[in-house]
Amino acid sequence: MFATVIRRLGQSIVVLALVALIAFLIFRYVGDPVDNLLGQEATVADRIELRERLGLDNPWYEQYTDFVVRALHFDFGVSYRTGLPVSDMIAHRLPATLELAFASAIFAMVLGVVLGIYTAINRQGWLAQVILSTSLIGVSLPTFLIGILLIWIFAVELGWLPSFGRGDTVEIGWWSTGLLTASGLKSLVLPTITLGLYQMTLIMRLVRAEMLEVLRQDYIRFARARGLPDRVVNFGHALKNTLVPVITIAGLQLGLIVAFAIVTETVFQWPGVGLMFINAVYFVDIPVMSAYLLLVGLVFVVINLIVDLSYLVIDPRIRDGINRGNSGG
Amino acid sequence: MKRFFASDFFYDFCRSPVTVVSFMVMLLLLLSAVFASFIAPTNPFDPASLNLMNGFTPPMTPNEFTGNTFWLGTDDQGRDLFSAILYGLRVSLFVGFSAVMLAMLIGISLGLIAGYIGGWIDAAIMRIADIQVTFPSILIAMLIFGVTRSLLPPDQRDELAIFVLIISIGLSEWVQFARTVRGATLVEKEKEYVAAAKLMGLGRAQIMRRHILPNVLGPVLVIATITLAIAIIAEATLSFLGVGAPPTQPSLGTLINIGQDYLFSGEWWILLFPALTLLTLALSVNLFGDWLRDTLNPRLK
Repeated sequence: MFATVIRRLGQSIVVLALVALIAFLIFRYVGDPVDNLLGQEATVADRIELRERLGLDNPWYEQYTDFVVRALHFDFGVSYRTGLPVSDMIAHRLPATLELAFASAIFAMVLGVVLGIYTAINRQGWLAQVILSTSLIGVSLPTFLIGILLIWIFAVELGWLPSFGRGDTVEIGWWSTGLLTASGLKSLVLPTITLGLYQMTLIMRLVRAEMLEVLRQDYIRFARARGLPDRVVNFGHALKNTLVPVITIAGLQLGLIVAFAIVTETVFQWPGVGLMFINAVYFVDIPVMSAYLLLVGLVFVVINLIVDLSYLVIDPRIRDGINRGNSGG
Repeated sequence: MKRFFASDFFYDFCRSPVTVVSFMVMLLLLLSAVFASFIAPTNPFDPASLNLMNGFTPPMTPNEFTGNTFWLGTDDQGRDLFSAILYGLRVSLFVGFSAVMLAMLIGISLGLIAGYIGGWIDAAIMRIADIQVTFPSILIAMLIFGVTRSLLPPDQRDELAIFVLIISIGLSEWVQFARTVRGATLVEKEKEYVAAAKLMGLGRAQIMRRHILPNVLGPVLVIATITLAIAIIAEATLSFLGVGAPPTQPSLGTLINIGQDYLFSGEWWILLFPALTLLTLALSVNLFGDWLRDTLNPRLK
């Protein structure tokens, strides 16, 4: 098991190094960094001086090592558009994205599991049927349309909830949180639902399928035959065995939440890193794009690593040396 | 043709009303996009046809100044929304189809090469595919769009945006094709007809293209249909975010983006109709794709 863990870690590092290489290539060779930093009026002497200072004439592998070392010290260069260090911009905006992502993940997990259990136990009930068919429509709606629809209903027509921004925030050290004010919490509701809805339906369908599968097993029948009440059978015996695959799949879904946070943040003008990235794409702000790529690469590699390692802990077949050789990065 | 109508495939198709309806809707949308310039009452991008007095006309009601009536209303510049949607549909479908073509081209070629030649080439291609699928394709499309865009001179960014979109979405969706084709190729290359072709002294490229390719295309069709729905939604998402089709060549996503601005002032139709069109399109392609998968490939059920 130890060897597997080490090999899996090695794979992750290789993937990260590749992601860093792509980020470096974008950073260094897309557009001329000197042009972008100095602007039109710079003299030739200025340009040569800057080239030397940035080390642009060194061989590419030296520049790459340099890039990685600086990235490890959270130095991603300076934004072409705002002139601020990219790491400051990210630090400033990361709390907003993380709060949104965690709120959506919790929303998706809790509601997904509850509805999944409900629809599995009351398979024939009309409410379960309604929930299931509604979830089908939910899956085919693009994220941004869900967001617009929610804004239309709850912000424009009913006027209950704000349609953009984070509301009032409270600073705790460098972390600005919207979770401690009423307007911050109100602002969180619609983006959370928008971002979490797709994951919620996926988790719900998964829990339902697993639960139906487990309920057919002999030990459940035996538990019923012993005269245990439904509540104990459903929640004590069935639910426990349902949750193992659900947790791993839900972990992988966290990655998708990060990706679609870009869309949700744009719809709600949520001041997070996703909105920062979209603005960077729009204004061709290369250092920001490259730093975002590194950040997201790191998030994905870590999530995949954790999910794979949790398989090791949960599934004895994998733990005892039967390896799934290429489980991806 | 007669054989087609007598086939199981066609029988299955007629047995499923949902599929028949979604196919008809798909066909209708496709035809109205292709013939947009004949169907549309006005050319929405000809400034001469616009009359600012027609601006913000609600659907099916005569304008208070000009007395003109528009089926789906007009936007702020008096542009007929029905025509704009038809032209937008054309852009959306063009980008969707082209992106799927590109993804197919890359995926099939790489899949054939990986499966037939094997060795380190196979390992390298599949390793890249493994890494790419761990990232959501919409994210990859955004990154490729951003990079490609920054490689272009600023004055051509809008003009070429459509092609940059096609490249980004195409490059983000090839993996599924490559994996499927590789798997099928591994099976096919052990068969006798391939050995016979080898004995005849045919080259590798020719065996791959003329002999193996036709036999691995079945599942590709299914993936292509499902990918088309994904590509259409990806295009709409990028355009909605403002990093896709430019305002001069709006797709459905761009129209939705524009319509969102008027939600608060009460001009709901500018948003609603493009959104409904996109939804109908995505849903019909998805439903048809699902049926195709179940019918052609019962193992996947």
